[in-house]
Amino acid sequence: MKVGVDADKCVAAGQCVLLAPEVFDQREEDGVVVLLDETPEPALHDAVRESAMVCPATAIRLAES
Amino acid sequence: MNRIVIVGASAGGLATAEALRRQGYGSTITLVGDEPRLPYDRPPLSKQLLCGQWTPDRLALRPDANIDALGLELRLGVRATGLDTARQVVTLADDTSLDYDALVVATGVRARRLPDTEGVAGVHSLRTLPDALALKERLRPGRHLVIVGAGFVGAEVAATARALGVRVTLLESGPVPLALAVGVEAGRFMTRLHHEHGVTIHTGAAVTEILRTGGGLAGVRLADGTVVLADDVLVAIGSVPNTEWLAGSNLTVHNGLLCDEYSAAAPGVYGVGDVACWRNTLFHTWMRIEHRTNAAEQGMAVARNLLGQQRPFAPVPYFWSDQYDTKFQAYGHLHDHDEALVLDADLPGRQLLVAYRKDDRLVGVLAAGKSPKLLRAWRALIAAATPWTTAITTTAA
Repeated sequence: MKVGVDADKCVAAGQCVLLAPEVFDQREEDGVVVLLDETPEPALHDAVRESAMVCPATAIRLAES
Repeated sequence: MNRIVIVGASAGGLATAEALRRQGYGSTITLVGDEPRLPYDRPPLSKQLLCGQWTPDRLALRPDANIDALGLELRLGVRATGLDTARQVVTLADDTSLDYDALVVATGVRARRLPDTEGVAGVHSLRTLPDALALKERLRPGRHLVIVGAGFVGAEVAATARALGVRVTLLESGPVPLALAVGVEAGRFMTRLHHEHGVTIHTGAAVTEILRTGGGLAGVRLADGTVVLADDVLVAIGSVPNTEWLAGSNLTVHNGLLCDEYSAAAPGVYGVGDVACWRNTLFHTWMRIEHRTNAAEQGMAVARNLLGQQRPFAPVPYFWSDQYDTKFQAYGHLHDHDEALVLDADLPGRQLLVAYRKDDRLVGVLAAGKSPKLLRAWRALIAAATPWTTAITTTAA
C-alpha cells in the first residue's frame, strides 16, 4: 500500500491521526496533515483505509498493490 | 443476504457501500440517489466552490475508477417514493421497485425554505451543487446579499461573499447568532468576526415578506417594518430530514428516522447520516447530526452491524467551520449544554476556547483560531466521559 495526502484539500479535522497515529500527524500551527509513513506495514492497512474513508476532505489517497 | 439497498448517494450512503465491500460483502449493493451525479462533497459548496477556487470536478468523493471498483448497481437521478417493510420493497419515482434483504436509509436533509418562496428569482438555498453554482453566478462585487439565518452555513457564505466584494447582511432571529448551538460567548465571538469583515448583522430579525419589483427581487421586509434591500437572498434557516418516502412504512419518524444505539430502525433497516436520529450511548441521548464526518463514521458502523457485529455507534461528534481565516472546530454534543465555560477568549487575536458541561460531565469543546492539535486532548476527555471538575482542572494544569 502506498499512501498519499493532499495538503491543499486537508481541513485539519485530525480524524486520520486518531485512527492511525503511526502514519499521520498534523502540523502544529494549522493542523494540516503530515504523512509520517508512505508505505505503512500491513498491520496498519485497515486503520489507514478507515482513515481515508472518514477523511471529511477526501485528502487521503491510497494505491493498493 | 443477496441485496442491500442503500437509499441516498452522498457521503453516508457511499461510506456504507465502501465499508460493506471492504468487509467482504460480495453480493448486490444498489445505491439510489435523487441527484443525477456521482457522490460529491458538500462542505466546499459554501467555501471553495462558491468562491471559485475549486471547479465542480474537485468535489467528487471518489475518483470514478474507485466507484467502478465497488461494483455497485447505481440508480442515480431517481428518488425513492415509498417503502414497504413487510414485503421489503422500495418504490422509486420512475415506477420501478427494488426488493431488498437489508435497507440503509441515507436520504439526508434538504434546506428549509421560507413559505411561498419556491422558484422565486433571487431567493436561494444552499444544499446541492446546482444551488451553489446558481448562487455563485450572482456573487459579484458591489451586489448586496441578504442571508436569512446566521448559522454555520449562513456564516460561511457571508465570509465567502465578503471575500468576493459582495455587500452582506446577516439576519438572525435570536438575540445572538448560534447561541442555541454553541452558547452565547461563541456566538458573540463569531458576530465580532463578521463585523470586523464588514458584514451587517441584524439580530431579533424575522422576515415577513420577500419584496419584488417588476419580476425581480427587491429585498426583504422584517417583522418590525424594516426593509432591507437586496439583489439576492440566501435562506439558510436549517434543514428538513428527507423522510416523506417512509410514510406508511411502520418506521418511526421523529426528527428524522428514529434508530436505536446500533443505528437500526427495524430488523434489517438502518439509518445513516443527516437523516438518522439515533441513540448515542456515550452521551445517553438521541442525536441527529448534520456533520460531514458523522455520515462517514455512521456508514462504516452500519456496515459492520449489518454484517452481524452489533456494536453500538457511540462516537464523539466533530465539526469544523472555516470563516475568513479563522477555523472553528468542535468535539462532542454541544447544543444541550447546561454551561458553556469560556477558558480563553482573545478577541483581537481571534482565538477562543469554550468547554461545555451537561449535568456533571464534560460533553463538548469548541475552539477558534487554535492549533487543531490542542483539541485532541479535549476529545479524549469527552470520549472518557470525564467529570466536569476533573476535566477543567486537568486541562488548566
